[in-house]
Amino acid sequence: MTKNPKPLGKNPVGHPLDDLIRTERIPHIWCSGCGIGTVFSSCLSAIKATEIPYNEFTMVSGIGCSARAAGYIKVDSFHTTHGRAIPFASGIKMAKPDLNVIVFSGDGDLFAIGGNHFIHAARRNMDMTVICVNNLIYGMTGGQVAATTPANAKTTTTPFGNPDAPFNLPLLAYASGASYVARWTILHVRDLTNAINEAIRHRGFSFIEVLAPCPINYGRRNKEKPLDTLKLYRENTIIKNGADPAIADVDFDRGVILGTFINRDRSTCDDMYEATCRRNSED
Amino acid sequence: MAFWRQPLDTQEIQITRGEVSIIEDRCKGCGYCIEFCPIHILTFSDHFNKKGYHPPKITKAGECVNCHYCEIICPEFAIYSVNAADAAAEMDTSISAS
Repeated sequence: MTKNPKPLGKNPVGHPLDDLIRTERIPHIWCSGCGIGTVFSSCLSAIKATEIPYNEFTMVSGIGCSARAAGYIKVDSFHTTHGRAIPFASGIKMAKPDLNVIVFSGDGDLFAIGGNHFIHAARRNMDMTVICVNNLIYGMTGGQVAATTPANAKTTTTPFGNPDAPFNLPLLAYASGASYVARWTILHVRDLTNAINEAIRHRGFSFIEVLAPCPINYGRRNKEKPLDTLKLYRENTIIKNGADPAIADVDFDRGVILGTFINRDRSTCDDMYEATCRRNSED
Repeated sequence: MAFWRQPLDTQEIQITRGEVSIIEDRCKGCGYCIEFCPIHILTFSDHFNKKGYHPPKITKAGECVNCHYCEIICPEFAIYSVNAADAAAEMDTSISAS
């Protein structure tokens, strides 16, 4: 495999991540104060920190605000149909097991329309990294209630407050069989970058949930300025590595638990397929 | 920073210095770098950039400790810091080359 191009000179002019972004498309479409940009930049830093050549990475995304990231990263990337990022990525991984496949998408894409694909990829332990930007709402379509919207939160479709309980994503991932589960917020950028780095190097289905503010469609209706949301992340979160995912609900009144919940080894889909199908087909 | 008691290793600790660079036309004025700078050397500037936002400006040049937090929290790839010593060395070589 080829090496990454070395920057010219000792201190190249420009942002240190400019070699991984399509600079002609920057500034991106995300609103002022949106957290997706930070998650994206953290993901790029983690890719850089692994020191794996960039042509061994591929990024797959579905539909939504977060899913636009695939259009801004300067590695081979795919912007797929709504909710189908994980099956698309599974296909890439089965065809080319050497690639590091990263799925970068939002909570609506991965857990509402793509929920079934998520649980089955986790069950098979597909060797991929799933980064879910959880902004607690359907941002791109105008702020409708999502599967992750906290109870009592106001949205365009629940003007009196959301009557339903939200998903506990780390518990869902753990129960489905994911072998690496973590949650961070955009305020904990260094921990997030380390977690993404660890998840890329981890063999098996890695899931990272990142809490990010949506100032326009969530914050505006719930009286939260982006800086208020970040203060909430600083004051009402508890970092507890190895915590039981069953108590990791997103409830800011009680405190949201952050950290690496699960890091275990299970046979991946490719190992199992090799052991059962490919070996027998050669006989 | 004032200490109530002088730590034993103050002489050995070297504080790194950084130089902050701002790519103004990428900024969308969210203010995260300004709010979370540990030594508060950034503030909103009075002028507008190409898109109509107020980009940050540096109030106390030379006090940056090169922690890179503004660089990693910026959602817009609009701010970064480099080690001041390296930046000065680069400047010298570019001057001598020209």
